[in-house]
Amino acid sequence: MPVSDAADITERSLLQSIVEVARSVFGAAAASVFLLDQRTDELVFEAVSGEGEEKLVGTRFPSGTGLAGWVVMSGQSLIVDDVDTSPQFARDAAESTGYVPRSIMAAPLIRDGECIGVLEVLDRGTRPRGDLSDVELIGMLATEVAMGLELLVRLRWLAGEPQPPDAGGQAAGDLAVLGRIAQRLPGAAEPVASTVSRLLATADDLLASGQNGHGGDPS
Amino acid sequence: MTGRALVTTDPPWRRPPRNHFPGIPAWGAPTASLRQETFDISEISRVTPEWAWGGADGAGVRVAVLDSGVDGTHPMIGRLERSVGIVSDDNGGFAVADCEPTDAAGHGTACAGLISSIAPGAALTSVRVLTNGKSGSGAGLLAGLTWAIDEGYDVINMSLSTAKEQFCLALHELADRAYFRRSVLVASAHNMPVRSFPWPFASVISVASHDQPDPTLYYYNPSPPVDFYARGVKVTVAWPGGRQISSTGNSFATPHIAGICALILSKHPMLTPFQLKSVLYLAASNVTSTLGGDHASQ
Repeated sequence: MPVSDAADITERSLLQSIVEVARSVFGAAAASVFLLDQRTDELVFEAVSGEGEEKLVGTRFPSGTGLAGWVVMSGQSLIVDDVDTSPQFARDAAESTGYVPRSIMAAPLIRDGECIGVLEVLDRGTRPRGDLSDVELIGMLATEVAMGLELLVRLRWLAGEPQPPDAGGQAAGDLAVLGRIAQRLPGAAEPVASTVSRLLATADDLLASGQNGHGGDPS
Repeated sequence: MTGRALVTTDPPWRRPPRNHFPGIPAWGAPTASLRQETFDISEISRVTPEWAWGGADGAGVRVAVLDSGVDGTHPMIGRLERSVGIVSDDNGGFAVADCEPTDAAGHGTACAGLISSIAPGAALTSVRVLTNGKSGSGAGLLAGLTWAIDEGYDVINMSLSTAKEQFCLALHELADRAYFRRSVLVASAHNMPVRSFPWPFASVISVASHDQPDPTLYYYNPSPPVDFYARGVKVTVAWPGGRQISSTGNSFATPHIAGICALILSKHPMLTPFQLKSVLYLAASNVTSTLGGDHASQ
């Protein structure tokens, strides 16, 4: 199988894994990842867990509208509660997704300083974590998504697609990050530790499939 | 042997900078459940919340909201002094032009409503710098900020940041220019562990969230670069279409401090940005309490 095909499959698996973890960690009705299509300036549903997962993937909407749009523009994460108090909002949401949430939590996916998409969680559960903790946790998950996607970009470069501009200088930084993760993981609290473990396993699978397909050394 | 071992008695501002990578919680302080850190204070007498903004309503102070636009018809906003937005110019850059007071994303309306609720006398201008994913966080932001500084706004609310390194230097220079021209930049600290701007600059007043409901309760943070914690959890905010929603994020903490800045400047219009930051510091809840309780009545 060509490396880029394997990367596409792994990208879908990675994003699906993330939304499953996000939905589980927050006890939410749904979690989704949108990526920004730079050509059309639209946000595209790339992975969905929970409400709407059968039909939303591939759905698009303009990037300058709504909460996800604001997250893309500002680079900031946020929570909005009680969103269903407006009939207009409920109708708009229902028409586009088939589901009307009470609360939305969203964080930007940032890669090389660019916002490339949004991680969104609908109707998180009421377990006592505190809203500040929720904002921080979804931010950490979004950072993991962005890192996973960065790995995929490099895998595609190995397959002969255009090289990302900073691919060389970043390798040492990646090793430093992995070193710090190894130091901190044993002391991390659940559910952060289990999330990180699953992401690392996904990254490992991804690198293995990349090396099998290409036969080369990433360095 | 040279060098000095880090000792636990180092004050907060001498600590090594926090690393920015996954696994470290971002800025924030759950002050409802955690005890505030203690720190030493050099007292300057007379400055109290009552001295700082007692009786003030923001009148005479002009505030610019750099955001996604503001819905000028919302009942929580009041009349906008002006509404402008960035447009593409002939040279492939951006210019600023008057525009309709609308807000497709809703965020600027929320921020403007919070400033209005704290400083109802302040004159608000919407500067739409966020329009879509392409132009939302870079050159357009610089164009809008440059305009607001040149126009001499007293307070500029920036509930946004950019993580693009190429804008760091330009933003830094603009922040310093604003500081020297007495335009106070109030900017949201990023609530994710990423390096972004302009909030970490010393010339900016940076804001993160606490989780208590009092709109004028704020704390000084003795461990920079975040300067202050203001209300940012479950905040009732204006939303386009005359609606209100409950929102959480540093974006909503920032306009609280911007509003308080407008109050202080309306009562003490000659304050410089560094004096204003000192007044904010002296009137912060955790500073007044350390100095012997809330002496607002003195």
